[in-house]
Amino acid sequence: MKTNFKQLKEKLIESVLMLSGAATSITVVLIVFFLFIEGAGVFNRKPIDDGYLLVVNATNKVKTLQPSQVKDVFDKKITNWNQLGGENRPIVLFRTSDITEYYTEEELGANFEHFPEKINELIQKQPGIIAFFSDKYKSDKFSGKELDIDKVKVWEFLSGEEWFPTAQPIAQMGVKPLIYGTLWVSFGAILLALPIGLAAAIYLSEIAQKRTRSLLKPLIELLAGIPSVVYGFFGLVVIVPLIQEMFHLPVGETGLAGSVVLAIMALPTIITISEDAMRNTPRAMKEASLALGASKWQTIYKVVMPYSASGITAGAILGIGRAIGETMAVLMVTGNAAVIPNTLLAPVRTIPATIAAELGEAPNGGLHYEALFALGCILFLITFGINMLVELVTNRKAHKKQ
Amino acid sequence: MHKIESKNVNFFYGETQALHDISLSMKENTVTALIGPSGCGKSTYLRLLNRMNDLIDNTRMEGSILIDQKDIYQKNTNVDDLRKNVGMVFQKPNPFPKTIYENVAYGLRVNGVEDKNIIEERVITSIEQVALWDEVKDKLKKSAFELSGGQQQRLCIARALAIQPSVLLMDEPTSALDPISTSKVEELVHELKKKYTIVIVTHNMQQAARVSDNTAFFYMGKLIECDKTKTIFTKPAIQQTEDYITGRFG
Repeated sequence: MKTNFKQLKEKLIESVLMLSGAATSITVVLIVFFLFIEGAGVFNRKPIDDGYLLVVNATNKVKTLQPSQVKDVFDKKITNWNQLGGENRPIVLFRTSDITEYYTEEELGANFEHFPEKINELIQKQPGIIAFFSDKYKSDKFSGKELDIDKVKVWEFLSGEEWFPTAQPIAQMGVKPLIYGTLWVSFGAILLALPIGLAAAIYLSEIAQKRTRSLLKPLIELLAGIPSVVYGFFGLVVIVPLIQEMFHLPVGETGLAGSVVLAIMALPTIITISEDAMRNTPRAMKEASLALGASKWQTIYKVVMPYSASGITAGAILGIGRAIGETMAVLMVTGNAAVIPNTLLAPVRTIPATIAAELGEAPNGGLHYEALFALGCILFLITFGINMLVELVTNRKAHKKQ
Repeated sequence: MHKIESKNVNFFYGETQALHDISLSMKENTVTALIGPSGCGKSTYLRLLNRMNDLIDNTRMEGSILIDQKDIYQKNTNVDDLRKNVGMVFQKPNPFPKTIYENVAYGLRVNGVEDKNIIEERVITSIEQVALWDEVKDKLKKSAFELSGGQQQRLCIARALAIQPSVLLMDEPTSALDPISTSKVEELVHELKKKYTIVIVTHNMQQAARVSDNTAFFYMGKLIECDKTKTIFTKPAIQQTEDYITGRFG
């Protein structure tokens, strides 16, 4: 009887443990699945708002336009149809609000009830017109030609250089500036954090007295616990003005400011992981080096560092991982201009900052919304790659030690 | 004239006194064995001779140790130079995770030898000195970890010899080795005695009897007796020594 109860208890505990494990794994898989389903949706859409049309005169030879071409047309960078493969005819732009330039309010009717016919009439009259309006103004005897807009393509999404997801008539979904911004800021951060972090780790593990270390290490670990918004605040109040003054810039909110803040945030990761790796260097190794007349620094440089190289690499990569995914602090200090940066002293915008800033105003399930999810997928893939790299590096280390 | 001379050495780990008033001298080109039960201070004493105990926090040393008539605990002593002159072989073979060649060359490189020919010549002579040359000559570029434990230990001895010390400290160098490797290392000690002054810590009575000229018996941080090995093992002056050697305690 007693043994039965004991066995039952064992089984119960076992199943609870298994359930927790299963629940966690399923949650992770579901989140990733959800992310990719939502993100993939953007590639099944036209980058034009739902229910809106782009219409040309029926005699126009042009049948389809690329999103970037539409933008250039409406930005008046392209002014003649022959630039788009049509006849030599100047382009006439038409937006709904332009209707009053052609017709009086009386002609349109008090409730714009004549609006559809008038648009139809206008499109017939103007051979060079390109009209952007809602399909509720499409009349029954509509005689214009609807332009076919290409769906968002993966390659264009990745390589496009302009990010205006709410632009009309055509949303511009180029994430290149955002990817560049993310990598730029993270790269700058790691460039700053790695030498400092490594130096601090060497000091802590090899040079500092026991008491100093027991004081410093918790302090550094505390650094990892500060909420990122506090870092952002610190960056905004201290680092941004400092950079503005140092480099005589009109604004201090730059990629560099982001890099500095991220570097500070990545330091605890880099320091603790590389310090642990260095302290794992067998004492016998260090003593062997010192006993051969090597100085302390020679021993660090020739024995401790090579021995802990994979640990140091792992620390650096995890530091980068943290920097790439960081949202709040970066959002606050980088200026958020979605342009491809050519210097660290220009404002940049990162992927996480874009998602955080724009998701609130993107209509649920809309094009913009799905584009932000696609951005999330890209971010996920980058950090996933980084984690795989860490796994690879640490596995190689384990393999080497065997 | 003594090569190594220690006078009234006291040593403390924090508040604990590990060595009490040790005065011990070694002549040039002799082998001195330090014996005694675990924790008796023999390794601590050995590590004082190349100031290896400096690495341990919160330790204190009193008295003086002279090597070649120079006090090695003077403030102006260059510890790196001292360790270059006083080589050390550890309990467990501890080659670096480098090639066999680089292991032996390491001491030369950190001491500023850059001439490739000199390095190569010294590496080869050192490996020959420890009778390892025939076993490794074809795999000098391979990792030192591919060698057996006994080969690794001899490589570590070669590594210590490459920087041409005059004293060689050995801290239980055969405790991790099999009997055949042990006898090879012991033969080596015999051979090396001609050129070096050797101090060897050992738990193995037979080994002490086989390899050493003089034997010092430590007990509870004190030097109980030091004499010619033959005397110590046949008619020790103090009862405690005899008890230990005959296996009555320890």
